[in-house]
Amino acid sequence: MILELKMNTIRYIIQKEFKQIFRNKAMLPIIFVLPLIQLAILANAATFEVKNIKFGYIDNDKTSLSRELIEKFNASTYFNVLTDFPSHIIADADMLEGQVDVVLEIPLHFERNLLKEKKTDLSVRINAIDGAAAGVENVYVNRIVQQFNQKVRTELLLVGENINKLQNIATIPSFWYNETLNYKTFMVPGILVLLVTMITLFLSGMNIVREKEIGTLEQINVTPIKKYQFIIGKLFPFLILGLVLLTVGLIIAKLLFDIPIVGSILLMYGYSIIYILVILGMGLFISNFTDTQQQAMFIAWFFMVIFILMSGLFTPIESMPNWAQVLTEFNPIKYYVQVMRMVMLKGAGFSDIYQQLLKTLAYALIMNALAVYSYKKVT
Amino acid sequence: MKNGNIIHVKNLTKTFGDFTAVDNISFQVGKGEVFGFLGANGAGKTTAMKMLIGISKPSSGEAQVAGFDVKSQAEKVKRSIGYMSQRFSLYNDLTIRENITFFGGIYGLKKSDIKTKSQNLIDELDLHDEADKLVGSLPLGWKQKVAFSVSLLHDPQIIFLDEPTGGVDPITRRKFWEMIYREAHKGKTIFVTTHYMDEAEYCDRVSIMVAGKIEALDTPKNLKEKYKVESMNQVFLKLARNIE
Repeated sequence: MILELKMNTIRYIIQKEFKQIFRNKAMLPIIFVLPLIQLAILANAATFEVKNIKFGYIDNDKTSLSRELIEKFNASTYFNVLTDFPSHIIADADMLEGQVDVVLEIPLHFERNLLKEKKTDLSVRINAIDGAAAGVENVYVNRIVQQFNQKVRTELLLVGENINKLQNIATIPSFWYNETLNYKTFMVPGILVLLVTMITLFLSGMNIVREKEIGTLEQINVTPIKKYQFIIGKLFPFLILGLVLLTVGLIIAKLLFDIPIVGSILLMYGYSIIYILVILGMGLFISNFTDTQQQAMFIAWFFMVIFILMSGLFTPIESMPNWAQVLTEFNPIKYYVQVMRMVMLKGAGFSDIYQQLLKTLAYALIMNALAVYSYKKVT
Repeated sequence: MKNGNIIHVKNLTKTFGDFTAVDNISFQVGKGEVFGFLGANGAGKTTAMKMLIGISKPSSGEAQVAGFDVKSQAEKVKRSIGYMSQRFSLYNDLTIRENITFFGGIYGLKKSDIKTKSQNLIDELDLHDEADKLVGSLPLGWKQKVAFSVSLLHDPQIIFLDEPTGGVDPITRRKFWEMIYREAHKGKTIFVTTHYMDEAEYCDRVSIMVAGKIEALDTPKNLKEKYKVESMNQVFLKLARNIE
């Protein structure tokens, strides 16, 4: 009977929150439509593939071999062959202005040296302001030059050479879990994580502080409501909202981007519930500590940016400095990104993700205990 | 508890850093009394009231409300009191009926009770056409009436009203006081803060707070005699000026 009464109190809060959410005609589209637009845009735009490399060359040789090399670049889908620079001075100036990313300089007597001395040099200049992209561009350039090299050897240099010297070792990579190396397959689960996190963190972060601002919190505080009843009542509607958002996002991922969902849906939702509770606990904790929605928003953003950039979503955690890697241990988004990728793409089961699950569960308990603790009915 | 006093306050003090908002006040309020708690802006009325309703911890001193200590039994105090604040405290984005249901629900009323009480309240205030309209769309005077009624839902012994009639016309204020009197006749104790000195005349007893201290406490009649003036307004001005 007493337990029933306690549950009833929570039910009335949940009811009230849902009514307020659905009555807010401005918020509802923001909650549901904006994230999905983001998903559609980000999934296509947030890619690490280095494509459309602006490529220029300086051909000092102007022979059939040099033209053949340039033709190789032309044929590649990664390079956008722009111009033939008359001199490297002009090429350097263009690179400074950002007109060109990669400049290949073919020396004079390129063909003659290659045929007679069997070796020659090429010079490649790469704009390395974006170091990661420059590395990738270097690999692409090398690969094309090597292919060219091999072709030249077989076609032209074999005369008088020992055929056995040519070793034909070719690696045939097979890419697991994402056979086509589709970046969307890699990114969409992560972007879904972001959307669910942002919406639930911001909504919960602004919720209690909003009641503080309009004065209704004081009215709640004069009632004999228990602190945990209040917090649970506040959590539940946003948990449901987060799960609905996740569902809509998954449907879009499947229909629009054809992302594979290999693993157990049940496991994914089970984990998602615990994860969303972490974020909501965090949001309500922020809400309790702030006096205005503006403050809450700034603090929520502060954590959001750190969590996103240190989640392994955009940059691999393995390449972060050690201290940063230690910090990521406290990043709930990191675990969620890992779990979503593992379950969706690899079909990971409970035993594969139980570590993340345990950590997230502990996190959820701590955050919500803090949310209850920091809610002060008495000042 | 001695003969029918329902609020006991002894040496109650609240400080914020160096500032003493409520300075060592003591008084009693009798059961069924309409007690006016007067004072200028910033005199410490609201702070004192917040300690009595259990949402602000006293720095020192003690207070019992409805037989419970406000420090150690704040949640029990809250069960016995109703509160309507200066800042309008219903949800503007819920209807009248939804507000009643919500507050009834968190006070732990039974579903059937909530239903009958909502209906009674709507009948009494004659709000049949407005019951399902959002509170935000109602005139201020109506909101205050509804808020007052909602604070009575769980049948509290004492009702705390913090400047309940701020910003409405004299006729609406008059009607609001009629509601207050009806509840007082039912035996409820009313503890009300106000700026309006004409309202002070309606109270059984009034206290006047100046700079955190209670400077006067008596029936309006006795106060007027003591200060040899015609109205509570003059009593108030005299007291406030003396201090300055």
